[in-house]
Amino acid sequence: MTYSKRNDGRKFDELRPIEAKAGVIKRANGSAYFRIGKTTAYAAVYGPRDLYPKFKQNPKAGIIRVNYSMMPFSGSGERVRPGGSRRSKEISMVTEKALLPVLNLEEFPNSVVDVFIELPQTDAGTRCAGICAAAIALADAGIPMKDLVAAVSVGKVDDKIVIDLDYSEESYDAEVADIPVAFVQRTGMLTLLQMDGPVTREELKKGLEMGREALKKIYAIQKKALKEKYTGEEK
Amino acid sequence: MGEIIEKDKNVVVPGDELASGMDFLPSFGTYRDGDKIVASRLGLVSFEGKVVKIIPLSGRYVPKRGDTIIGRVEDVSYSGWRISTNCAYPALLSVKDATMQFIPKGADLTRFFDIGDYLVAKIMNVTSQKLIDLTCKGPGLRKLHGGRILEVNTNKVPRIIGKQGSMVGMIKQATGCRITIGQNGVVWLDGEPKSEIIAVEAIRKIEDESHIPGLTERIKQFLEEKTGKKIEMQAMTQESHDHEQYDHEPAMEQ
Repeated sequence: MTYSKRNDGRKFDELRPIEAKAGVIKRANGSAYFRIGKTTAYAAVYGPRDLYPKFKQNPKAGIIRVNYSMMPFSGSGERVRPGGSRRSKEISMVTEKALLPVLNLEEFPNSVVDVFIELPQTDAGTRCAGICAAAIALADAGIPMKDLVAAVSVGKVDDKIVIDLDYSEESYDAEVADIPVAFVQRTGMLTLLQMDGPVTREELKKGLEMGREALKKIYAIQKKALKEKYTGEEK
Repeated sequence: MGEIIEKDKNVVVPGDELASGMDFLPSFGTYRDGDKIVASRLGLVSFEGKVVKIIPLSGRYVPKRGDTIIGRVEDVSYSGWRISTNCAYPALLSVKDATMQFIPKGADLTRFFDIGDYLVAKIMNVTSQKLIDLTCKGPGLRKLHGGRILEVNTNKVPRIIGKQGSMVGMIKQATGCRITIGQNGVVWLDGEPKSEIIAVEAIRKIEDESHIPGLTERIKQFLEEKTGKKIEMQAMTQESHDHEQYDHEPAMEQ
């Protein structure tokens, strides 16, 4: 009955293998690739650039516009209908709000920074992978920002608190809670917290603590990816 | 007494701590968090005395007063021209700053600059809302005829120009092309088709390899190989002044 061992043999507080790379899309101002387990995200940043329709312009600061999209063949089950959906619209919005607190867009009034997140392969945790990729891409694009944002999902599978759920855990046949979180490392600020499924107060606290620990690793990987782009190719 | 955390000229990313202590001063691309100085942009950290700043490696052009840029005419109106500048904001070139010639009232402004024309202009002023005023009156400021346009990373412009225009001077000397480089990352070059291609390749090479030491020597070798001519260093700095490129100083300063 109890969930004693994870489906892929990981420890309960272990992340899936992560790979990150900056500057993968040549024509974008900044771009990144972020893979966690089987979930793969690409992020491309364009701008700051002209913003139309004009009523969206903010004379005090630039705005960020995120477009999250799962590719039709990305899931393991049904084909995903291409284009926007209610779900992708919501995720675009929460991603925007997860990234905005670290950005300094005052330098670019009336303009927009466009972030496109594409997922060619998904195995749960897509919005977190998207946020991680977008943070790298924004830094690569030279957008002034206080810090990078790292995100991971925490959750409860049956009676165990786990981090970084994959799809088999999300669809596990028992009580499952899935809680994507994003942290700003320097300040410890929480910029994304969504909750799907029942958890108690104590379980949530424990989950967030585990997530915070795991995100230190992701944060280090993000920084490494950025530095590698500029120092790795030396000689 | 404060202490330096990152070594000078290290690549840093947003969130990296650069120095600690209240005696350091945060400058471009950095901010203070408690007693730490933290990077807010990706780039090379630079310590100048007690001032800590970032030399950016990426990012789009941000218009600055005094910059010489290459723009394209987007629109013609009664009072002037709207110019696209390869940044988030269009610029305005008003009739009175456009040319030394006399423009009679009601004249057809497309006679001077038409839509799609490229021109070398200087930024006279940038407001807080990033309205850009251009002038086309001045030495080297003009409409561009023929040639080709190339877009480069604006942060690499100082490297393409080189110290006192040495790098671009070398390319000019080797290929015989006329080259003008705008601070906004737009390059115009005109010459024999074959040498134009060599010049483009050389500029792309500088862009890709600017962070590796010994750049000038490598570009010199590359050019000599491609053109089969020997390049003499020096004495070219003066030459490069005859037309174009009046703006080499901003090399590394922000």
